[in-house]
Amino acid sequence: MPKRCLSALILLLALGLAHAQPLKVFGAFATAIEEPWDGVIHTALLNEEAAGRIAYEFVDDIGYAGDMERILRDVAEEEAPAVVFGDAFGNEEAVRRVAGDYPDIAFVFGSGLSPSEPNLSVFDNWIHEPAYLSGLIAGSVSQSGVIGVVAGNPVPEVNRIVNAFKVGATEANADARVLVTFINSWFDPPAAKESALAQIDAGADVLFAERFGVIEAAQENGLLAFGNMSDQNSLAPETVVTGPVWDMAPTVDYVLSQVEGGTYTALDLKDFSMMAKGGASLAPFHGFSKTLPPELIERVQTRQDEIKNGLYRVPILEEAP
Amino acid sequence: MELLIALLGGTLRISTPILLAALGETIIERAGILNLGIEGTLLLSAFSGFVVAQLSGSLWLGLGAAVLTGVLLGLLMGFLSVTLKLNQHVAGLGITLLASGLALYAFRLLYGGSSTPPALEGSFTQFQPLHGTPLGPLFRQYGLTYLALLLVPLTGWLLTRTAFGLRLRAVGENPEAADIAGVNVAAVRYRALALGGALMGLAGAFLSLAQLGAFAHGMVSGRGWVAIALVIFGHWQPSKVLGGALLFGFLQALQLRLQAEGVNLPYEALLALPYLVTILILALTGRNTAYPKALLKPYYREGA
Repeated sequence: MPKRCLSALILLLALGLAHAQPLKVFGAFATAIEEPWDGVIHTALLNEEAAGRIAYEFVDDIGYAGDMERILRDVAEEEAPAVVFGDAFGNEEAVRRVAGDYPDIAFVFGSGLSPSEPNLSVFDNWIHEPAYLSGLIAGSVSQSGVIGVVAGNPVPEVNRIVNAFKVGATEANADARVLVTFINSWFDPPAAKESALAQIDAGADVLFAERFGVIEAAQENGLLAFGNMSDQNSLAPETVVTGPVWDMAPTVDYVLSQVEGGTYTALDLKDFSMMAKGGASLAPFHGFSKTLPPELIERVQTRQDEIKNGLYRVPILEEAP
Repeated sequence: MELLIALLGGTLRISTPILLAALGETIIERAGILNLGIEGTLLLSAFSGFVVAQLSGSLWLGLGAAVLTGVLLGLLMGFLSVTLKLNQHVAGLGITLLASGLALYAFRLLYGGSSTPPALEGSFTQFQPLHGTPLGPLFRQYGLTYLALLLVPLTGWLLTRTAFGLRLRAVGENPEAADIAGVNVAAVRYRALALGGALMGLAGAFLSLAQLGAFAHGMVSGRGWVAIALVIFGHWQPSKVLGGALLFGFLQALQLRLQAEGVNLPYEALLALPYLVTILILALTGRNTAYPKALLKPYYREGA
């Protein structure tokens, strides 16, 4: 009898373990995870790992020189993960080639292109909605009516953030002038700072920091700035009003639930990075909730609700501003 | 006028790290060593300076750490290229890869892969000697900028007016003759590498402790390579290197202002401007360039 009890117990334990076995997930990033774009994906995956839902490993700083394909093949062969997350920009063809050879693995990649049957889903940082709301605030708080934007490269995903910001700024102030500078790099904070200083010389009194380095220039000159990608208020609490924030948690959660349920299919996961599903948001106002005019906060709040309820659609403009 | 003053102020800020690095590289190349470890040296110095400043709360200790990092990487280059007599291109690029990888690795250990660059509580502040006057924006500079400008004549004096400078140039032009005259070729090259590395350390410190007050892993962004081009551009002479650095900084500051003012030119053309002019001048003046004769050549003592 005790023997049977023991085997039943072992069976139960085994079943329990089999059920709790976390999904094997791999991250493959072209840049270092310190780069904000890939950092957002990495953070969402780390959170799922901490919650015990996935077993997560990653390789970053893979670059664009052909290593992506080799690494993905090695991972597919040796680790056989259930899902691979990553960024395909600059490695589009390599990622698609490997995905085609391993149809049982879900490939979920940041991309400016379309999904590919049966297993390659795409996502992107569709944060133009909070960028528009940020522009609305920037246009309202600027005294000079000149607003500076310092951005990386004029690729569609950056353009639509910058253009949406412009739409918001000119909606708040029809005479607003929006200066846009590209630094032609994703990561050169000193150059971004110098660009911002040039815009300040040209009259800008509010700055949108699509890239790092701009907030420092605004702070040094006692001006207001908007962050990007994450809540950057802590960098300069007196300077950073708010800014668009990207959160990959809804995308990751959706993909994992589909894989767990055996219903995963290739999709464009765009909606999961937008405001309605919580993938995009406006960073909290922190101290500025007391200093911004209450009617402005209300206006932004109303617009935000309209966006979330599908009553207002922020234009998606992808041509260079 | 106001805009011109601001433009020149921007020129000085952009030129400073490139000038410091190029002066360091000039000293090293005059001794016969091409140090391609420059890009990694800038990054690791910027990093070590930042970390020490943050942990100790002292910007000066941070500055010291950055300079020390530059010196140590210079000595490593010496070990590889002078003692082991390895190919200088390979040794230098190896140091750049090593230093960049080390900076990223240590950054991750200390700051846990944060995608918001960690910032200092306070960074070096700018001097504002003529604050309130029309010339104010031009002189609103970090102390390291003034130091960099001062180092131009000092480096020139060191190279041409001192016994050490004479030995250094002899080692870079004709190490056999220098050796016969009783100069310890290896020791002079090591010293040149340490001194040049110290200047590169200052350049790295300028980026993280003054200009930005924060560290980000990609913050050097090719400034080391630009410095190498400026050394050739400046014919290995500090004053001409200064001219090149100022020209490059000016064009960079100008294109940023043209972009900000919304000049109706493709932004790509503006971004390429500083590089195009540099290439053009190199092509025009580079033909009769008298580079140090022993550059890239490890010294083997005859009969040894």
